[in-house]
Amino acid sequence: MNTIVGRSRWTPLLFLAPFIVTFLLFTAYPLVQSVNLSMHQTYGPKTSTFVGSGNFTQLFSDPLFWKALSNTFLFALGSVFLQLPLSLGLALLLDRPGVRGRLLFRLIYFSPSLAGIVFVALLFGPIFEKNTGLLNVWLNSWIGFDLEFPWMERHVMTGLIVAGMWMYVGFNMVYFLAALQNVDRSIEEAALVDGAGPWQRFRHVTVPAIRPVAGFVVLLSIIGSFQLFELPFVLLNNTAGPDNRGLTVVMYLYQTGFEVGDLGYASAIGWSLAILLMILAVGLRLVLQRYED
Amino acid sequence: MEVSPTRRLWMALTYVLLAVTAILMLVPFAYLVCSAFKTNDDVFRSTFLPAGEGLLGADWSRLTLDNFRRLFTEMDFGRHMLNSVFLASVTSILATLASAMGGYALAKFSFAGRAFFTNFVLAALVIPAAVLIAPTYQLLYWMGLLDSYAGLILPGIAPAFGVYLFRQAMINSVPNEVLDAARIDGAGELRIFFGMVIPLVRPMLGAFLLITFLGTWNNFISPQVVLQSSEKFPLSVAISQLKGVYSQDYALQMAGTLVSIAPVLCLFLLLQKEFISGLTSGAVKG
Repeated sequence: MNTIVGRSRWTPLLFLAPFIVTFLLFTAYPLVQSVNLSMHQTYGPKTSTFVGSGNFTQLFSDPLFWKALSNTFLFALGSVFLQLPLSLGLALLLDRPGVRGRLLFRLIYFSPSLAGIVFVALLFGPIFEKNTGLLNVWLNSWIGFDLEFPWMERHVMTGLIVAGMWMYVGFNMVYFLAALQNVDRSIEEAALVDGAGPWQRFRHVTVPAIRPVAGFVVLLSIIGSFQLFELPFVLLNNTAGPDNRGLTVVMYLYQTGFEVGDLGYASAIGWSLAILLMILAVGLRLVLQRYED
Repeated sequence: MEVSPTRRLWMALTYVLLAVTAILMLVPFAYLVCSAFKTNDDVFRSTFLPAGEGLLGADWSRLTLDNFRRLFTEMDFGRHMLNSVFLASVTSILATLASAMGGYALAKFSFAGRAFFTNFVLAALVIPAAVLIAPTYQLLYWMGLLDSYAGLILPGIAPAFGVYLFRQAMINSVPNEVLDAARIDGAGELRIFFGMVIPLVRPMLGAFLLITFLGTWNNFISPQVVLQSSEKFPLSVAISQLKGVYSQDYALQMAGTLVSIAPVLCLFLLLQKEFISGLTSGAVKG
């Protein structure tokens, strides 16, 4: 009996051990240390000076930080307000009763998100070229768009929203589609019998049913958008582009931490981003709760 | 059954919209494949295949394998590909195993501290990666793990996300009676875990393995920060360097990109059903 009692006491902890050990070492400790680091100025990983809240006051008056923040914000706005409605639209089309080839369409829409973001950046390099790039050539032949339109030279963030849309529209659609397929058909049919039109059915049956998933997808794309880094960094050949037009918050963190070597200032940037994301997440929850009743 | 003309019109419109979107999604891939087999001059001269007299109005004789030859002979892409395969396999297998173990402990044992550790996992889920980059780099420096694969693999061994997913999966799909019966029969805890629990969550296991494999394969910022010697670079870092050095050689870049994404696309095509159901299971049911 003794052995069984002893075993059942330690067994769960042994199963949990890999998580506990790596969590403490590579998440909990760095988390605490990043608070400490954010109050230091460092030169590489070795030497540092205590500056208190100096990093944060400097950050608030740092034009590059504000530039990075506004660029990132623009990308997030594009993701949430252009990309997600398209994802939902595609999911609604695919969910129409009687549509054939649903699995094939879903597979095609989803496939760009499998290509890693670095590789997508490589792929869009020639696509965004002036004169010879696929995008300008096509837009020119359809709507007479300017062949010389300088995507990566002047309109980096707009280009990134386009590339991001290609990459993630299907990814987000998969979530919407899964939610739509969980909608109780009998409620929909009851609404139909009661004489509800398409818009009323959408507004009063579909929307309430997919709201939790929609909230999750919005949160996921806000968090994802605010961590934008590789796409502009690689597209612009490991720089922030002309006049820092492609600078994002995480790219600025990378530059200060690993090109300049100030891990302290980089941590302060990291924390600013984390706090901003927490505020946005709480805000989103409050907005969704208001619609709940 | 009679189908009304308006209904048919709506259906036709639905298919047109779906097909146009599908084409827009596939065109960049077609562009990628075509460009990888062209000379760099032809990349600038033609959008897809070089124009000519052959089948489909293309000049097939102008296509070349030279980009791939250069990748594997001059740029050591074979090495980088092996690095990616190694990093992604080791990380995904260890992470899946550790996550399944952790999820099992939280789902199927009652012990002092279970609630505490469950909250731990939930709290870890919301920590943004950005705050961990700089201190983790410093920690790896102190541990002497910079420029080593251990420095890349160890921090990803037991992701909270995985522990949470497996906990959710196991609460419902692993019946307590089966575990108790096995214990009464005298089966050891490890045998119960590998022989009974793991088979019961196989779909989840496959999906998570694939998700972490893809995540590691596509990861850029960690190897970019941690690794210094170019012979250790995985494809993601190697190709960004290639783009920097040969910034106008798009044919070479596209060949490298094709080589980098083709393996994961094939892997996904083989396992896509498990993957998508695993991806959405937590979100839709929870």
